[in-house]
Amino acid sequence: MSVRLINISKEFSDPEREGGKVRAVRDFNLEIAEGEFVTLLGPSGCGKTTTLRIIAGFETPTKGEVWINGKNVNNDPPNKRDTSMVFQSYAIFPHMSVEQNVGFGLELKGRPKAEISREVRQIMEVMGIADLAHRRPDQLSGGQQQRVALARSIINKPSVLLFDEPLSNLDAKLREQMRVEIRRIQQTFKITSVYVTHDQVEAMTVSDRVVVMDKGCMMQVGTPFEIYSRPSNRFVADFIGKVNLLPVRFEREDSGRYLAQDARGMRFEAMSAVPGLEPGQEALFMLRPESIYVESEESASSSGPLRMILAHGIIDKAVYLGSTVEYEIDVSLDRPMLAVSHDPVNAGFWRPGDAVVLKYSPRAAHLLPFMNP
Amino acid sequence: MQVSGFRASTNLKRLARDPVLLAVILLVTASLAIFILYPLVEVAATSLDVGGGRLGLGVYSEVAESAYIRKALYNSLFMSTLTAIVGTIIGFIFAFAVVRAKVPLARFFNTIAVIPIVSPPFIGALAIIMLFGNNGLISWNLLKIQNFPIYGFNGLFIAQVVTFFPVSYLTLKGVLESMNPILEDAALDLGGTRWKVFKKVTLPLAIPGIASSVLLLFVETLADFGNPLILAGSRFPMLSVQAYLQIVGMYDLPISILLLVPSLIAFYLQRWLVGKRKYTTVTGKPQQSTTQIVSPGARAALFVACLILALLVAMIYFSIVVGAFAKVWGYDHRPTFDHFKFVFGVGFKAVRDTLIIAGTATPFAGLLGMVIAYLVMRVKFPGRRFVESVSMLSFAVPGTVIGIGYILAFNHPPLVLTGTLTILLLNFVFRYIPVGIESGKAILSSIDPSIEEAAINLGADARKTFTKVTLPMILPAFFSGLVFAFVRGMTAVSAAIFLVSSRWNLMTVHIMAQVESGNLGAAAAYSLLLVLIVVAAISLIRFTLKTQYAKFGGSMLHF
Repeated sequence: MSVRLINISKEFSDPEREGGKVRAVRDFNLEIAEGEFVTLLGPSGCGKTTTLRIIAGFETPTKGEVWINGKNVNNDPPNKRDTSMVFQSYAIFPHMSVEQNVGFGLELKGRPKAEISREVRQIMEVMGIADLAHRRPDQLSGGQQQRVALARSIINKPSVLLFDEPLSNLDAKLREQMRVEIRRIQQTFKITSVYVTHDQVEAMTVSDRVVVMDKGCMMQVGTPFEIYSRPSNRFVADFIGKVNLLPVRFEREDSGRYLAQDARGMRFEAMSAVPGLEPGQEALFMLRPESIYVESEESASSSGPLRMILAHGIIDKAVYLGSTVEYEIDVSLDRPMLAVSHDPVNAGFWRPGDAVVLKYSPRAAHLLPFMNP
Repeated sequence: MQVSGFRASTNLKRLARDPVLLAVILLVTASLAIFILYPLVEVAATSLDVGGGRLGLGVYSEVAESAYIRKALYNSLFMSTLTAIVGTIIGFIFAFAVVRAKVPLARFFNTIAVIPIVSPPFIGALAIIMLFGNNGLISWNLLKIQNFPIYGFNGLFIAQVVTFFPVSYLTLKGVLESMNPILEDAALDLGGTRWKVFKKVTLPLAIPGIASSVLLLFVETLADFGNPLILAGSRFPMLSVQAYLQIVGMYDLPISILLLVPSLIAFYLQRWLVGKRKYTTVTGKPQQSTTQIVSPGARAALFVACLILALLVAMIYFSIVVGAFAKVWGYDHRPTFDHFKFVFGVGFKAVRDTLIIAGTATPFAGLLGMVIAYLVMRVKFPGRRFVESVSMLSFAVPGTVIGIGYILAFNHPPLVLTGTLTILLLNFVFRYIPVGIESGKAILSSIDPSIEEAAINLGADARKTFTKVTLPMILPAFFSGLVFAFVRGMTAVSAAIFLVSSRWNLMTVHIMAQVESGNLGAAAAYSLLLVLIVVAAISLIRFTLKTQYAKFGGSMLHF
């Protein structure tokens, strides 16, 4: 196990708050395997950066233990820990050239000059910044600074690489590019990585596992697929992407099918559910917008096991986005249903006021507890 | 996420793992306590002593009884208040003319306003005696008036305003420069007249700066020692001078402590004001204003006002230069090198001593200032507040108080230092660290803390982080701290006059002695030499900085 966080809690004193304290992280447990890429994802103030800084040693946990490579590092200052961090602001040393920045960690270790310059050259090749060696930091673009920061961190061959929202200062296109790049480098060197972001797409694309956090608590840990398609609670379902959540009562499980019913007596079927749901318990029936088929009223009769009827409704809004069309459909509930249909040129699209029937496949549906933990 | 509170125990545990850092913190804290706080405590204790170590009203009963000392206290407070107000008005006119009105000769006015800062603080008094004194060029040679009433209030007031308005100028120049001219444009655009815009936008925005300047000038004037010693005379007693005379006389009562309270109040009020203003400073790119908010008539008026003041300052320096080369001032103005022969002959020991003292103290003051700035801004440790407030204290405490405090504290065991080079060096170092600390703090607060965290993260301990990353980045502040410490060290009088001895003397003290014995020519020659040394040193540091910064990644960045 490369990194272990055992029961970590962190309190900050804040005289302006009631009680004078803020609990930034609460009873946080996480094990990260060698070479794994784990992302901490959550809204701002959820404690993800604090957790990262606790691993790096910049914050001392109020309670709990941090283990790196089988060693308790609670009392090790940041400079004695085998971690390297890529900072949100990159934190490139403004008074050193690119080369000096990248080689700084090795210089601190007292490595011979020839060795440093060889390794610096090598890593800069890999990062595609070899031609920037003698540049000054203020002559670099955001993306280049990002690469320098990354090179500077991995040259130390740390046990754990830490990323603190590293892409938040880049424009959308560059962000997409760097996402792929970070993943490629991580795979090349097989470095255990912890990555903090509030951007779910970023989390989905780079991670082996995602930890969703809220108010200092871990809400779910899982693969991107699990987090998106099989959320274990309402917060996660809501936070990641757009979602339709229908309040229902869970009835029973029947050979892998979870049956539920809403207040009006409509029956629903899902092929997955959060473990531990009891029959009779209040639950949420979850469908992502892209899993909802918007069809004409006439097709209502032709439903089958893969296209079950969800609701009848009237198109309220239709937003044409080129590759997709986003609909809000009034189905006489508190909230409209959200649906996305692809390839509008071939499939055609609906206009506000059209009467439609919404269908779904139970494979895409998921049942989760009504209350947050 | 910023840490607002910290737990002392874990911080101590962490510190224990970085012994160098821990040692530095202990050393800094201890030396601040010994060399700033302890002397002040001695002054306070002595002021309450009625002899034989018995506690009583001491100084305060003396003040209650002596009408003369009461008059001195009143004079000092009155003079400081007046100088602070008038000096600030002049400073504002200069700053506004240079920054906003862009009057002709703006660069010249800027230079004129900066020169007094690099001069010994009593040069105004010296020049005024040369111009208006008993043998004054204007009073005697031109107007044939004997005993022109220049001693006392009149002369002192002029001398102090000339000496201290530059402080106000520099403060307000900064304030006006940081003010976004677009605001004035916007007000004009909304239909305000120029005068209304000035009254409703410019002035209100500058008010915190103006108030801060008044308080700063009040503190400086109250502590001023050189000008009053030369010009006040016995009929217009000033407290700083009386405090000195008390000590060199028999009385031994530290009445200078009376200066301490008003000084501290004004100083902390000023800090509070500046602290508040920090949150409203305009950031972002300076924008070019297209409209000038000053009418041609107003600009002309500002220009004339600046010109008159500039001529006054120029006259002062002109008389110093001429006086340094004139045979007998007031009687025989034929050129001579006699005064310089004296300075470089008999008087050269003081020049050498001053250079040794200022030259040695300066790098220590600069480095200590940076270390303290770093500790206060970047390291969490118990006692951080103490270090911050005590190190700023020597800014607020008048030199006479500190000087007396050093005598009282270091003429008996455990530390006997009076009469040594060490006491002068220590005094200089601890007196002139605050500006280094201030500029260090200003730079540090503009540097992303994650840059230092990055260094720590890569394996640097506190010492390496400071020397390899922080210090190179704050080097400009380090050098401006150096320049200031050197200038102040070269021109210091108030505290130093208590600490000099026959073995170690200072140019400034010599100049004062020459003035007192009526040897104006020698005093002028000394002063001229002093100003030239200071200007040369500043130019040297500037030049070094420029060339070193030009070659990027130069060796000076590697310690």
